[in-house]
Order: sequence, then structure tokens, then C-alpha cells
Amino acid sequence: MTPHMLTRSLDRSATIFLAVVAACGILIPLSNLLLPAGSFLQVPTYLVALWGKYVCYAILALSIDLIWGYCGILSLGHGAFFALGGYAMGMYLMRQIGTRGVYGNPILPDFMVFLNYSKLPWTWYGFDMFWFAALMVLLVPGLLAFCFGWLAFRSRVTGVYLSIITQAMTYALLLAFFRNDFGFGGNNGLTDFKDILGFNVQAEGTRAALFALSCLALIAGFLICRAIVSSKLGKVLIAVRDAESRTRFLGYRVESYKLFVFTVSACMAGVAGALYVPQVGIINPSEFAPGNSIEAVIWVAVGGRGTLVGAALGAVVVNYAKTFFTSGMLAPYWLFMLGALFILVTLLLPKGIVGTFNAWWDQSKEKRSAAAMASAAAEDGVTEPKMAE
Amino acid sequence: MNVMDNRATSAMLYLDGVHVSFDGFHAINNLSLTLEPGEMRAIIGPNGAGKTTMMDIITGKTKPDEGTVLFDGVTDLTRLDETRIAELGIGRKFQKPTVFESQSVQDNLLLALNVDHSVKGTLFWRGSKAESERIDKVLETIRLTEARNRLAGSLSHGQKQWLEIGMLLAQDPKLLLVDEPVAGMTDVETHLTAELLKEINKTHTVMVVEHDMTFVRELGVKVTCLHEGTVLAEGTIDQVSSNERVIEVYLGR
Repeated sequence: MTPHMLTRSLDRSATIFLAVVAACGILIPLSNLLLPAGSFLQVPTYLVALWGKYVCYAILALSIDLIWGYCGILSLGHGAFFALGGYAMGMYLMRQIGTRGVYGNPILPDFMVFLNYSKLPWTWYGFDMFWFAALMVLLVPGLLAFCFGWLAFRSRVTGVYLSIITQAMTYALLLAFFRNDFGFGGNNGLTDFKDILGFNVQAEGTRAALFALSCLALIAGFLICRAIVSSKLGKVLIAVRDAESRTRFLGYRVESYKLFVFTVSACMAGVAGALYVPQVGIINPSEFAPGNSIEAVIWVAVGGRGTLVGAALGAVVVNYAKTFFTSGMLAPYWLFMLGALFILVTLLLPKGIVGTFNAWWDQSKEKRSAAAMASAAAEDGVTEPKMAE
Repeated sequence: MNVMDNRATSAMLYLDGVHVSFDGFHAINNLSLTLEPGEMRAIIGPNGAGKTTMMDIITGKTKPDEGTVLFDGVTDLTRLDETRIAELGIGRKFQKPTVFESQSVQDNLLLALNVDHSVKGTLFWRGSKAESERIDKVLETIRLTEARNRLAGSLSHGQKQWLEIGMLLAQDPKLLLVDEPVAGMTDVETHLTAELLKEINKTHTVMVVEHDMTFVRELGVKVTCLHEGTVLAEGTIDQVSSNERVIEVYLGR
């Protein structure tokens, strides 16, 4: 009975989730563009950009929940895939600047002129074409995850050891991207974007469209994750999470399963990063910082691991809190509050917000149906002695 | 080429001169053992005799330092990993019942079915009538039809043991390795388990590791007693339990 109810309750929260994201994706851009500025119902442009950022974080959280919540792979370096997707998009945006840069070089971005590059490094070839950049947004994180996962999972690196090497991976990338001679803008990163597909990135219309696209990507990502976890493959993933060696003895090639979800998850994180960069207007090596990846894991824990909806919700809630608290006098204490939040959730809500809510809902439903049955029995005039149940 | 021609032995399982040591401790010492097709064998022995290590070797979890391990007369198991060995048809029930606690009883059996286990196969899996009929049949055999939708974690200890045996049935291997199937069971459950294993043995080769002598007696099969990683005695339960050295080992000197 219980698993059936679990799927039903998940379906209910999934429906609500999809409806809310779709409504936001349509109504917020419309309100921003159509209503007069300053009107009560008009969403100001800065908020559209801010919420767009949250939606990208929600996609990142979803990708972490897919591997952590369902397969038990705790990646503390998922920010790396997010940042790589962001860099791929940033490189496209840099090449769209053209002669409008400070140095007016039609081919080389400003930082390359400044660093005396004579020609474009090969790594930048093709990034003037959107389709190529879009492909790289998926391919670069996907390929890195595939190679990394192939080595790690085949050697059966699991648990905390895997978490540590994912941290090392993102830290290594942080150091590499910091170097000026690495060819990706060094510590300044990529910024001063002008156009995306011929539209001004600063324009209200473009921002609204990017927000709607982010919501669309969140919906698509959610549906892909749902399809994966509700298939038989999802059952295998949970089996791997709960009893890895047992799964192996049943004849499943555990490392292939891990590699599959890890790669899918990295591609999703890459898409999140690619949508993030044009909305915040900059990508720099600090996106690779290990702390970012850990923070993303906290979002998932707060929202509810293994629920998908919870991951997205956690990302929005924690980031909203972050924006709220870091803009006031409490700003210096934000990190302490984040730590306290993590401890409190672990102690009081180990299933996270959505997990706890689902458990509570199922319990109260059971109670209600039991009460309904009892009252129906009473109405029928059946005077049964109370069972010692 | 006919595979039969290559068979080194007619045995289902053939262990010869197997050695394993962990940091100088000889867990398995010159172990030789054969299991004929269709046979059921009970393995007894005091703690640390190497019973579980032997199962680890057969299922690929542990690699022996030396010795031969042949399955079905042709396959050298020492060179394969757990997944490959499971695919060949060796199923294992663990000492501590290991079921997928957060999934339903029938999902546990579904996962165990010996169908396509590839990533692609499971991603695009659609249930078939034949599969659900097989699950129904296993549920009936292990007496868990009523509990099919319950979470495996909510089952009693004995039921979990049965579910794990049921998973072995769903896997339908040629050889079943069953590690302490009646540990923690009531007398009635123990009796039912013996019946179940005898039923399974009609169509499968079975190796049972067990401490419970009443249970081993009830199985009524050939018994091998291990001690310090090697075979101490082999024969009927009466022969083995009256063996001087076996008594010495079990009771201490």
C-alpha cells in the first residue's frame, strides 16, 4: 500500500510543481513586459533577472538530486559542470561582441588583445556559432563527467572518497581557469556581453525571454529526471544507493548505471550554467569554488533529498534567504546561518521540506480514511466493539 | 567446437587447491570441493572456518591467491567479476538478509528477474505478462503474496530471509549459494525453509551454509565440514557429526 501512496503523492507534488513553474514562466515575463513600470503587479526587471538566477540554481539542484537522492553519489564538485556550461555560453557571448569591445578587435576578445594574443586559441574555434556553443554546453560537462566517472566508478571509488575527489576536480579547474595563460580570461573571467542571438542581453525583452527559457529548461529537466527515476532504471539506481554490492550480485553492472546518471546529471548542470551566465552577465573562475558545490548540496538537503521537487524548492528557498539576509545588516553572518540551517535541517527535518511534508500528508490521509471508515460504520448502525488496534 | 569437449570436469562447481590469505592470515587453505549438477550440499564449520570467504571466492568478491575454481566445467571464475558471475548463473543469499528495504516486495523480485540488465534495457523497460506471472509464482512460493506491495524494510526478519530466497528464485541461477538461511528464524519458519530449499533443489544446484544442526539434518543431504579454511570431513550428517576431529573442533580441546 505504502509505495503506491508514495507514487501518488509524488505525482500530486509533481503536478503542483509543474503548474507553478509554468505559471511563473509565463506570468512573470508577461507582467514585466506588458504592465506599466511601477504598477503594483509589475515585476521589475531586476527581480526577473534575480528569479532567473534562482531557476538556474533549481536546475543545478535537480541534477544533484538525481545522482545523490536516487543513486547515492554525493558529488561535491557539481559546480564545475555548471561553470563549464557557463563558460561555453560565455565564450559564445564574448565572440558576439565583435568590434564593440574596448580594443575593437573583430576576432579577439578584449582580454586576449590585452594579453598580446596574436591569434584566437584553437579552444575558441567555433564559439562564434550559437549551435556549436550550445552543443559544447552539453558536451564539455558531459565528457568530463564521463571520463571522471569512468575512472572513479570502475575503480569502485564510493562514498566520502568520491566526494573528496569531486572537490579536488572542481578545485583543480578553479586553479586552471584562474591562470591568464589558460586562455579563458583568467581571474576576471568573461564579461561585458552585448548580444545573444542578435538580441541585446541587457534588454528587458531578452531578460524576460531568458527567464521563460530557464523555466522551460527546469520543466524539461524535471520531466527527464522523473522519467529516469520512475523507470525500472530508477529502481536499479535506488537499489545501488541502498545496497550496492547486492545489486552487483544480481547481475547489474553498477558502474554503467552510475556513469549514465552522472553524465546525464553533468549535462543538466551545464545547461543550468549556460542559462545562468547571460542573466547574471559574467562568468569567472569563482564559480568553480568548492564552496559553491557544497552550497548546492545543502539546497538539496534542505528541500528534500530524493524528491526532485524538493531539490528545486530548496534551491529557491535557500537562495531567497541568502539574497534577503546578505543585503541587510546580517550580511556578515550569512555563512553562519547557512551552516546553522544545514545542521537544523539534518537534526529536525532529515527528509527535508518536501520529504517531511509528504510523510505528514500520507499519515494524515491514512488517519482521515480510517476516520471516514469508522464514521461510515457508525452510520450503518454497526456497533462493533472498539478494536485494540 | 563443442563446449562439452572442453569440459575439464562434469561438476557444477569445482574448487581445487584454493588458497586465500589476508595479511598473512590463511582464510582458505588448500580447499578442494566439488558439487555435482542437481546436488544440494550443506556446509558446516565453526566461526572463522572460511565458509563465507569461500562464497566470496565463488561469486567473485574475493580473488584467490592460487587454485582453480571452475563453474559448469568450463568457466574459470577467478578471472570474472561479480556481475559477470551473476550473469553466468550463480546466485547468492547473504548471511545478513540483504533486500532493498525502501522498495516494495514485488519490486525487489522484479529487480532480481534474470532479464535484460543493461542500462538501455532498464531505461526503456515495459513490464510483460510473463514477467508478472513469474513474480506472482515466486511470491506464492515464498508465501509473501499478501505482502507484495509492502516495503521490504517493513517485513519481519524471517520474511526478509524468504524474500531474499525469492530473489534467488527470480534470478533463476544454475547454482544457488545460500548463507545461513535460518539464522534468527522460529522453529516453524526453519522447517518451512527446509521444505522450500528441498523444493528449489528439484530444479537447481544448491550450496547451503548453516550452523543449525536440526536444519541440516532436516535437509538430509551430504555435509561438508570446514575448519581453518580446509575440508575437515565430508559425508552424511551422522558420519560427520560422529567424526572425532569434527567434535574436537566444535567443542574445543
